[in-house]
Amino acid sequence: MSDLASLSVSEIRSGLDAKKFSCAELTKACLDKAERLSSLNCFTLLTPEHALKEAYAIDALIKQGKSAPLLGVPVGIKDVICTEGVRTTAASKILGNFVPPYDATVVRRLKTAGAVSIGKLNMDEFAMGSSNENSAFGPVKNPWNPEYVPGGSSGGSAAAVAARICPITLGTDTGGSIRQPAAFCGIVGLKPTYGRVSRYGVIAYASSLDQVGGFAHNVKDCALVTQAICGEDPNDATSAKRAVPDFTKALGRDIKGLRIGIPKEYFVSGLSPEVSEATRKAISVLEGLGATTVEVSLPHTDVAVSVYYILAPAEASSNLSRYDGIRYGHRAEGQLDLKSIYSKSRSEGFGKEVQRRILVGTYVLSAGYFDAFYVKAQKVRSLIVKDFTDAFASKCDLIVAPTTPTPPFKLGEKSSDPIQMYLNDIFTIPVNLAGLPGMVVPCGMSPSGLPIGLQLIGRPWDEETLFSVASAYEGATEWHKKAPALAA
Amino acid sequence: MEFETVIGLEVHVQLSTNSKMFCNASAAYGGEPNEYIDPVTLGLPGALPVANKRAVEFAIMLGLATNSEIRRFNRFARKHYFYPDLPKGYQISQFDEPICERGSVEFYMGETKRTIGLKRIHMEEDAGKNIHDSRTQASLVDLNRAGVPLLEVVSEPELRSPAEAAAYLRSVRQLVRYLGVSDGNMEEGSLRCDANISLRPVGQLKFGTRTEIKNLNSFKFVERALEYEVARQMALLKNGQEITQETLLFDSVSGTTRPMRSKEESADYRYFPDPDLPPVVVEESWVREVESTLPKLPSKWIHDLVSEYGLSLYDATVLTGEKAAVEFFNEVVAACSNAKAACNWVTSELFGSLNKEGLEIEKSPISAKALGELISMVDSDALSGKMAKSVFEEMFSTGKDAATVVAEKGLKQISDDDSILAIIKREFDANPKQLAGYLGGNERLHGFFVGQVMKATEGAANPKKVNDLIKQEAERRKG
Repeated sequence: MSDLASLSVSEIRSGLDAKKFSCAELTKACLDKAERLSSLNCFTLLTPEHALKEAYAIDALIKQGKSAPLLGVPVGIKDVICTEGVRTTAASKILGNFVPPYDATVVRRLKTAGAVSIGKLNMDEFAMGSSNENSAFGPVKNPWNPEYVPGGSSGGSAAAVAARICPITLGTDTGGSIRQPAAFCGIVGLKPTYGRVSRYGVIAYASSLDQVGGFAHNVKDCALVTQAICGEDPNDATSAKRAVPDFTKALGRDIKGLRIGIPKEYFVSGLSPEVSEATRKAISVLEGLGATTVEVSLPHTDVAVSVYYILAPAEASSNLSRYDGIRYGHRAEGQLDLKSIYSKSRSEGFGKEVQRRILVGTYVLSAGYFDAFYVKAQKVRSLIVKDFTDAFASKCDLIVAPTTPTPPFKLGEKSSDPIQMYLNDIFTIPVNLAGLPGMVVPCGMSPSGLPIGLQLIGRPWDEETLFSVASAYEGATEWHKKAPALAA
Repeated sequence: MEFETVIGLEVHVQLSTNSKMFCNASAAYGGEPNEYIDPVTLGLPGALPVANKRAVEFAIMLGLATNSEIRRFNRFARKHYFYPDLPKGYQISQFDEPICERGSVEFYMGETKRTIGLKRIHMEEDAGKNIHDSRTQASLVDLNRAGVPLLEVVSEPELRSPAEAAAYLRSVRQLVRYLGVSDGNMEEGSLRCDANISLRPVGQLKFGTRTEIKNLNSFKFVERALEYEVARQMALLKNGQEITQETLLFDSVSGTTRPMRSKEESADYRYFPDPDLPPVVVEESWVREVESTLPKLPSKWIHDLVSEYGLSLYDATVLTGEKAAVEFFNEVVAACSNAKAACNWVTSELFGSLNKEGLEIEKSPISAKALGELISMVDSDALSGKMAKSVFEEMFSTGKDAATVVAEKGLKQISDDDSILAIIKREFDANPKQLAGYLGGNERLHGFFVGQVMKATEGAANPKKVNDLIKQEAERRKG
């Protein structure tokens, strides 16, 4: 039998229904592969007991003739998402051995759809990072070349799918944390519109930007996992009261006449030639499929990173206040007074980058600085929103752009220079600030054999157009079929 | 130099909603430690707040009852500080956009009506409680109270004496109890108060330097703490010394105030809009809907009782102390059409008996209708006032209505002239000496005969008739 762990969702569903293999066999294959590829460090925790117990129960359901979109499909969950009874750490020491007493809404929805979680995926601590080097569990390696980063913060989620450990995973995206690792690992990833997916049970980094999304080998699988997690949640006041369309119906739709906006500010110096070339080639493919292209301007692109690094740390400094060593997580040892419990526990528990963002965020919210930084950044944020609104209002139906300025970089290459690291998210951050859906599909390989991803940016709530264009592109290209050698 | 006292109060009103401000955990008082908790109350990773619609409604109610302007777009803000009873490291509150602004509260100081302006009323969540266990030397945290909805009612600095501050606080309590938004129980912490106080020379417009007294948890303490602080500041000012702006705590044992540690007051709360909570939009239609559910409020009651029922302001104030009392009174009046008598019976007999038994008026063994019937019996001369009192006592202890008690005890007032006259004649004849004196002009002996007749009838004779008939019989005998 071929490698079960490499199968797509459709292959798994038909294989299970045809009794070619059992969910238990499939789950074991995925767990075994995770063990075999443990050097990639994709997981913070594998949960074989939980997974197999669920797999046996699902095999019983399949025997009864039950079916569901993801019934029996193995998944991995980014460790920033709460799982009832299963340790959840946000890849931080401060959460210690925290075991949530509840499932995040997205986890509950995946379970309802029949998915089987095999474990928790490594990430940058509290989803802060672009290389997965900021994890208390150590860095994740890029499956295409272990000397390179897989991207971040959802590095484990992307690497596990790229390495064909499991077909779909969940990640979160605050400034590009799904799209950038999807690009770096050569797979498909989607950050839905802000409000499309419940954040309840998702450990907050920056609440006004965080959104959960899925990774997959191909566009259809991505649509299936997205479908399973979307929809209003009474436990999240920011989740939208909007009907969720059937995303699979958008697959294979003709894209003839669709107007694609090409933002001129994304093709400037700093964009590496290989990414530029791959992106332009991909655009030609879309034109070949009947789409028209038009240059659009997003004039505030150059200040998006600055705005993001004020607003996201501001919210983070507040969201991370709850990690105080009092009720759960890490508490400094010794006979300490209250203030020392706070300062020692937090100094010991938070990593360097998280501390940096807490300090920046605390600073910009402080009396005397609030107006100059936070309030101003909110004003500029509204200009960035307007850039997109204007482009979508008259010129184009979606925007196509590079995902990152460069192909994957080496481990350690940027970790000493936070500004260089932050600039890696220059093309993904505006999408979060505007709350738009953003998708990445593989569109090329660098000369050194590392993946490059194409970014599709849609109107608010218009994930369907992204799925249509992505599936048309996928149908015309072979990039999604490539897998790293070690995945075989 | 004469000084004027300037006081402003910040009152925290705990709302009596079923669930907490931002989650479904119970907002009940008490419970086993950490019984009323859930992921949101605990501030667990990933937990998110969702605003309690009922609590917003309660805020609108208090806003309407105080003639406040109600804000249409309401944003919640995070107020940051670290303390073990604050699970998230921030309190969700409102900052520069409170739900209610520029309202007022009315009350009477004796015969004088006072109207105190309100700066604002805003919504927020309560913190939990830290408890020090002296046995184990451990600090324990109980989060039952964490997240319970609060309204903070901030007055303008328009109160001019400690007594007025206490009266204002009482009227805020009265208002929230009328509205049913809070039980206003100060002992259980449903109503808590911080007071700002300063002195300034009479005639001066500029405020003096103020101090703030935190956590005053009874009406008595509010008054005592402020009285102490007035005297303390007065002494300093008269000595030519300056007041230090500081936050104080009131020590109820020594009756003095002392400064809080400065660490606890100098904080930068880093307020910013809570990104987890979209603005709560209060449409005009919602306000009108809430308005239609408002009960009749104390100020309107007082006005009606004085102008329509002819009661004194004092009586009206006593009757309107509690909504249930004035509503009870109103039902009594409906049953007997004698407001003054109803007022007397309710404020003296009924309140007295309820008080003695420690009962709330809702638990009164005598219904309003039954009390009205009793009053009607007196008004129609079926019972004497004295008899009515004993009937009342019987009604109170047995819960029977007036007619039943009267029938059982055979307590009918003797009102027919012939019967009464017969007794009077008998008493005249039995007391010749006194009769002679009375007929001779000693009016004091009139009372003697009234007493004799009442005694002979065990109080059942109609006193007015006894009075008249004694005079009539005396005239007859003289003439």
